[in-house]
Amino acid sequence: MDLKLALKVNDKDNVATIFANDIRDGTEVEIRDKAGHMDKVMVKGDVPYGHKIAVRDIHKGDLIIKYGEEIGIATKEIAKGEYVHIHNLDSMRGRGDLQGGAVS
Amino acid sequence: MKFMGYVRPDGKVGARNYVGIIPSVTCANDVAQAINRQVQGTVTFLHHQGCCQMPPDLERVTNTLISLGHSPNLAAILIVSLGCEGTDHERMFKELAATGKHVEIIHIQELGGVSKAIQAGTDIARKLVIEVSGLQREPVDISKVVMSIKCGASDTTSGMASNCVIGYVADKLVDLGATVIFGETTEFLGGEHLLARRAINKQVGNKILQIVDAMEKRAKSIGCDMRKGQPTPGNIAGGLSSIEEKSLGAIVKSGTKPIQGVLEYWEHITTEKGLWIKDTPGREPEILTGMAATGAQFMMFSTGRGAPQGFPSMPVIKICGNPNTYQNMENDMDLNAGLIITGEKSIEQVGEEAFAKLLKVLNGEMTKNEAIQYFSAIDIHCLGPVI
Repeated sequence: MDLKLALKVNDKDNVATIFANDIRDGTEVEIRDKAGHMDKVMVKGDVPYGHKIAVRDIHKGDLIIKYGEEIGIATKEIAKGEYVHIHNLDSMRGRGDLQGGAVS
Repeated sequence: MKFMGYVRPDGKVGARNYVGIIPSVTCANDVAQAINRQVQGTVTFLHHQGCCQMPPDLERVTNTLISLGHSPNLAAILIVSLGCEGTDHERMFKELAATGKHVEIIHIQELGGVSKAIQAGTDIARKLVIEVSGLQREPVDISKVVMSIKCGASDTTSGMASNCVIGYVADKLVDLGATVIFGETTEFLGGEHLLARRAINKQVGNKILQIVDAMEKRAKSIGCDMRKGQPTPGNIAGGLSSIEEKSLGAIVKSGTKPIQGVLEYWEHITTEKGLWIKDTPGREPEILTGMAATGAQFMMFSTGRGAPQGFPSMPVIKICGNPNTYQNMENDMDLNAGLIITGEKSIEQVGEEAFAKLLKVLNGEMTKNEAIQYFSAIDIHCLGPVI
């Protein structure tokens, strides 16, 4: 079976990016970081090529970190291995819809 | 290190030798296009601006068109004016003639209409092309290179493969004494603190934060979530969840060198060296125009989903980070950085391939989009309303 790989860019990251096709709910992927550490995780949800999964449990309201920097905020409880995208991650920038965002 | 270029009267060095047909206003586009179709060796810039705009925008359009004419890839210029436009075609002519290039201007209304203007313009363009077609390339130092960089139709491979390759090339060119320009201010949102830290001084750092803040305020003034506008539906389908994620991947392409300053959208460089920012939006027609106006001889353009477009006067080298896309769109992609994702090559290996490619392109080798002339969608970024 082909290796199903997910890459974690920075040690601080709580998500990893999957670079493999046909990742379905229940597929096992191998998360690798820069140092070559490996962690096997069961994916929750169907995850397209290039999309992200949580590398640990993330609580609602927690920051989501990639490249060691904030890329958004969790809008739901996210379990380790779960698909992370716009359904459970909110951007914090360019938010004219939020209070104080619109120019009066 | 040397490349073979066309040395212009103002000392800049071109990688191409075109006659530029510049419409001073969108109303002159059809005449400019007809001349361009008739006369080989010409390129034209079919933009949609130049009249019924607020005065600062009219000045912005005039300045951008002048800067486009400054491009060392243009050997001579024909300005096509309607006659009653809001842009300042007289200043365009004067400032471009001061570069030492042969510059001509025609006015459609004065010549008695479209067909007469096409005839007059064709005769002038033919004369200009014959005049410059015998110019020869000569060896010049690599420090004369001005590379513009951009990522478009990005996905999550962009920030991990193709943008890393461009970052490698950007660092190498800066070390060789050349100039590198990056932009896409919208795609600094969430990563601006990292860029400000690389500014050569506090003033430049503050300017970076200021252009990002202004761009974010313009987006927020519409009163909705920016997502779907930025990141685009294509970015989102490619796995990018927020502008912050897109930005952090995008700024990787600027490499690691200090940021010397921020150029306005319409500005062209004269003697600046090192890494510079130009304040531009992310959308292709506007940023490609802005970057060509900077005076870049070429652009290195990273993509994940597969953005095929180029620019009339500036060859665009496409480097694809997504191995699936490269396989699917090889006809439009010049370099494959997807091999980094599959683990077959290192960033440095593809970086060296990209460097070898850019030298070839500077020396005259065509890029894929250049060969098929996929470059007509261009425009000038304006801030105010069309009125």
